[in-house]
Amino acid sequence: MKARVEVTLKPGVLDPQGEAVRHALGALGFEGVGEVRVGKVIEVDLAATDAAAAEAEVEAMCQKLLANTVIENYAVEIA
Amino acid sequence: MSLRAGVVVFPGSNCDRDIAVALGEAGVEVTKVWHKETALPAGLDLVAIPGGFSFGDYLRCGAIAARSPVMRAVVDFAEGGGHVIGVCNGFQVLIEAGLLPGALMRNAGLRFVCGTTPLVVATVESAFTAGYRAGEVIRLPIAHHDGNYFADEATLDRLEGEDRVAFRYAENPNGSARGIAGVLSANRRVLGLMPHPERAVDPLHGGTDGRRVFSAFNPASALVQGA
Repeated sequence: MKARVEVTLKPGVLDPQGEAVRHALGALGFEGVGEVRVGKVIEVDLAATDAAAAEAEVEAMCQKLLANTVIENYAVEIA
Repeated sequence: MSLRAGVVVFPGSNCDRDIAVALGEAGVEVTKVWHKETALPAGLDLVAIPGGFSFGDYLRCGAIAARSPVMRAVVDFAEGGGHVIGVCNGFQVLIEAGLLPGALMRNAGLRFVCGTTPLVVATVESAFTAGYRAGEVIRLPIAHHDGNYFADEATLDRLEGEDRVAFRYAENPNGSARGIAGVLSANRRVLGLMPHPERAVDPLHGGTDGRRVFSAFNPASALVQGA
């Protein structure tokens, strides 16, 4: 199975990278751009064949390594 | 008798020699410890996690290093009351390992900051800061891209209430919450800080304000004499 993990900064945590991207979009002439937030996507190949078991495993991966839960949220998709 | 320190080395560490030299000049016997070791050398009094770019800063700064085999031993050492100092990337590793609270994010100005910066010594209640005067302003080098200290308000209040802010920036270079440059663990024996005391221990460095971070571990110090 494949897991797709989306890691994003929690609301309220300043995202300087997103700010820089917003400025650059403005410089390119894109108007009306509000807040920009930059996150990351992590794809994991899994040996598991059971979706529930895979999700539980990836949830543990997020808690232990993939996300820093002090500043980041994560969402797991199993396919 | 000399105290013994272990300096942990990860792929990408680049201040391991600097901190080993600084500790050596303070009269500490230093052993380097490779990250794949599962145990620390016996009889260590202090563990130092050096600056650098461990594992290329992949995923998040310090995240991979914090899960390396040696760090399990370092966490056990700290939980057993051992002294641990983490500088710059070492601070990031200690936070990722859960030994210190908060997070270190990309600098608010997005730029890599590099230079000598004034710091206020916020507490002298730790072996690492006992050699300073409370409120003393010292100058230490900084060199980092991700040193923007973040923690929720309750955690910041708790750190301040427990007198666990070790150093504050006099001129905040990176957007750190409440100007925090270094924090102590609850037992005051684990220090993480972004500035580099080991790069300010010799007049040729342009200053010696960092020396006293290590001086408590000198054989003649009160800490060692009282031990």
